[in-house]
Amino acid sequence: MDKLSDSEDETLLRDAARGFLDQFAPLSVLRKNRDAGRDYAPELWAEMAQMGWAGVMVPESHGGADMGHRAAGILSEEMGRTLAASPFLSSAVIAANALRASASDHLAAIASGETTYALAIDEGAKHNPAATALPATADGNGFRLTGHKTFVADGASASRLLVLARTSGKPGDPLGLTLFDIDAARAGLDTDPIQSIDSRDFARIDFDSVNATGEDVVGDVDNGLAALAPGLRAGQAALAAELSGLSAGISAMTIGYLKERKQFGRTIGSFQALQHRAAHLFAEIEVTASAIAAAGRALDSDPANAQTLVSLAKARATQTAKLAVMEGVQMHGGIGMTDDYDAGFFMKRARVGAEWLGDYGHHAAIVAESRGL
Amino acid sequence: MSDPLENFRSEIADWIAANLPDELRGVPTTEDTICWGGRNWVFTSDAQRLWLERCAERGLTCPRWPSEYGGGGLTRGEEKALREEMTKAGAPSPLQSFGIWMLGPALLKFGTPEQKAAHLPDITAGKIRWCQGYSEPGAGSDLASVQTRAEDMGDHWLINGQKIWTSYADKADKIFALVRTDRDAPKHLGISFMLIDMQTPGVTTRPIRLISGASPFCETFFDNVKVPKEGAIVGEQNRGWDVAKYLLTHEREMIGGGGGGLTSGDTLAQMMGTLDPGTLNDPVLRAEAMELEVDAMAFALTMERYKDMSEAGQGVGHASAMLKYYGTELNKRRQEVLMSAQGSNALDWEAGSAADWLRSKANSIEGGTSEVMLDIIAKRVLELPAK
Ligand SMILES: Cc1cc2nc3c(=O)[nH]c(=O)nc-3n(C[C@H](O)[C@H](O)[C@H](O)COP(=O)(O)OP(=O)(O)OC[C@H]3O[C@@H](n4cnc5c(N)ncnc54)[C@H](O)[C@@H]3O)c2cc1C
Repeated sequence: MDKLSDSEDETLLRDAARGFLDQFAPLSVLRKNRDAGRDYAPELWAEMAQMGWAGVMVPESHGGADMGHRAAGILSEEMGRTLAASPFLSSAVIAANALRASASDHLAAIASGETTYALAIDEGAKHNPAATALPATADGNGFRLTGHKTFVADGASASRLLVLARTSGKPGDPLGLTLFDIDAARAGLDTDPIQSIDSRDFARIDFDSVNATGEDVVGDVDNGLAALAPGLRAGQAALAAELSGLSAGISAMTIGYLKERKQFGRTIGSFQALQHRAAHLFAEIEVTASAIAAAGRALDSDPANAQTLVSLAKARATQTAKLAVMEGVQMHGGIGMTDDYDAGFFMKRARVGAEWLGDYGHHAAIVAESRGL
Repeated sequence: MSDPLENFRSEIADWIAANLPDELRGVPTTEDTICWGGRNWVFTSDAQRLWLERCAERGLTCPRWPSEYGGGGLTRGEEKALREEMTKAGAPSPLQSFGIWMLGPALLKFGTPEQKAAHLPDITAGKIRWCQGYSEPGAGSDLASVQTRAEDMGDHWLINGQKIWTSYADKADKIFALVRTDRDAPKHLGISFMLIDMQTPGVTTRPIRLISGASPFCETFFDNVKVPKEGAIVGEQNRGWDVAKYLLTHEREMIGGGGGGLTSGDTLAQMMGTLDPGTLNDPVLRAEAMELEVDAMAFALTMERYKDMSEAGQGVGHASAMLKYYGTELNKRRQEVLMSAQGSNALDWEAGSAADWLRSKANSIEGGTSEVMLDIIAKRVLELPAK
């Protein structure tokens, strides 16, 4: 495996991303978007695309920058620090990776930022692709999809959807699933936005006899999980990276407060009770950062065998973010509970990130299994 | 042989059956269904008003308080039987308030007969709603450094200063506040515990929104507020710290125990029962839930044991800090497990649980933070050296 430290190019990428996000997508932007009832700023996404972020995983032959998973992780981490909202994960990471193998015509539009994607898998409250029930019944040369999907990230704003549907077998079977690439405006598709706690775009989507042709199928019929796997793994790793950046973001804010707030005539950061916990949090964040780097490297060098490290990263990042936001709010005292202060935004996003694409239990079980447990 | 406690139990069960309005039966308690009372209270239904009136008349809003002030005069055993029968009947709490949880106990201990007669019946009847004016921008955990000033003007006190995080100040009729009456004394010795009507000219409030979306928090400003001296100070002038501390032990037990909903009868299984089948088969979640349930049961028993001990005259003293610490940390864990169990369903504001989850994070801050509780345990209970 390559070195786990940032290469020179990666350091440049990280610095550039941080500079850009601090200037154009600081936390105040999330607040503004929320107050305006907007999920993200399309102008910001256009700029990100301009810098090559939308094409981070798109081959150069399709107009992408093809920077790889570790680079995508670095961008995600930096976005996590300021909770910058964009379709980056759904489109640039998940969809681009799911469509790469089939050299889809849509890759170029992903890279340019024109087309955004959402991934519609889950039908219940927990991430579980194999549990997919939504039937895609054969109809002449094509299929008809009827049913519903829930908690579809970027589902309300995406122009296209990757939909996992059942073409044979029964819910729970990992086989018998097919991945479809469908225009979000297609007849019979009804999108219902969810008021998500992190003020981002999530939606429920109803399918009422939605038409799909053989051309809409990604990969092979009845083997949709295989087609989806690269996208899912990449998404999990990038989401873990985002959570890792989020942990660093709330932690930096908290350390700043510890140095500033006075009680009992001292800065509260001088109390050992808080020092040790801040130091512990630092340790957790560092340990998680290594898992994030390793997942990115593994996906870049040997994607087919990367799942354990990806799940390790997601499991760790979920728990670390949970700790970081709890400690963050707690160490701020009353002010941390106010909406005027930004700490709560981290808490809400961390909870959403904990569930999306598999929770701690889901990923810890994958790690355990790989260790023979 | 008839056991007096069993007699009481069957009597009170009959009374509940006869008086509890049907439409309140078994309705879960939420922010929206709680009855807070007060001059401006708008009852959510006739049934809510009726239930409060009937319970107040029978002394059931404050079962342990003396009956001369509208309490029930019940023993600890009777109160427990009452609570159990109320739970069995699916009865909501008729009234909740800072008057019941905090001010009342402090007045019962430190108040003059006139102060008790003037304030306690209005609390038990739900006529006056109180808020707590302790915290200030510069005085949170370090509460004794409050700066709000009360100057002696002969027949009245002149109050100037600012309070913060005053829960429900905008809805309250009166405030019990810590004010500095002697600026030259050491910081713990110049504070008085004062009762102030929120309608006095010069008192203003401004709401602060919480991360859970609700806005029960306020800033409270005192700008040349004149408080008539008669009955204004509870306990001795300049010795308000003693009253404040006593009140805090009650507040802490309340937040640590009942306030967390741990003993409210909703077990984790009941709450998780409505979820997707199979959720609890997830081994990680199941292990967390089981561990929590074990801890919650043991904690509920600890509450009982401590109450029994104080009933028997074996004061629990500073160990109440442990109840606050443990109970609130437990409640935060419980809310976390409930969120996990509901998965993505809980991430929608409209589902409701997220607001409770976010609100629970304040349990370990309000009424003294977990860190301050651990300090109290270390210094006062374990008597570990300060330096
Ligand atoms: C929901 C809610 C409702 C509230 N309602 C009321 C109310 O009605 N009336 C009222 O008067 N107040 C109320 N409060 C205020 C509450 O009591 C204070 O927030 C609390 O005492 C902490 O003070 P602070 O916010 O100033 O935090 P700080 O005191 O600034 O504390 C910041 C952090 O430093 C830590 N810290 C401070 N000192 C030490 C130390 N010596 N050792 C180790 N750690 C330390 C704290 O534990 C905390 O983690 C409420 C608070 C909340 C969150």
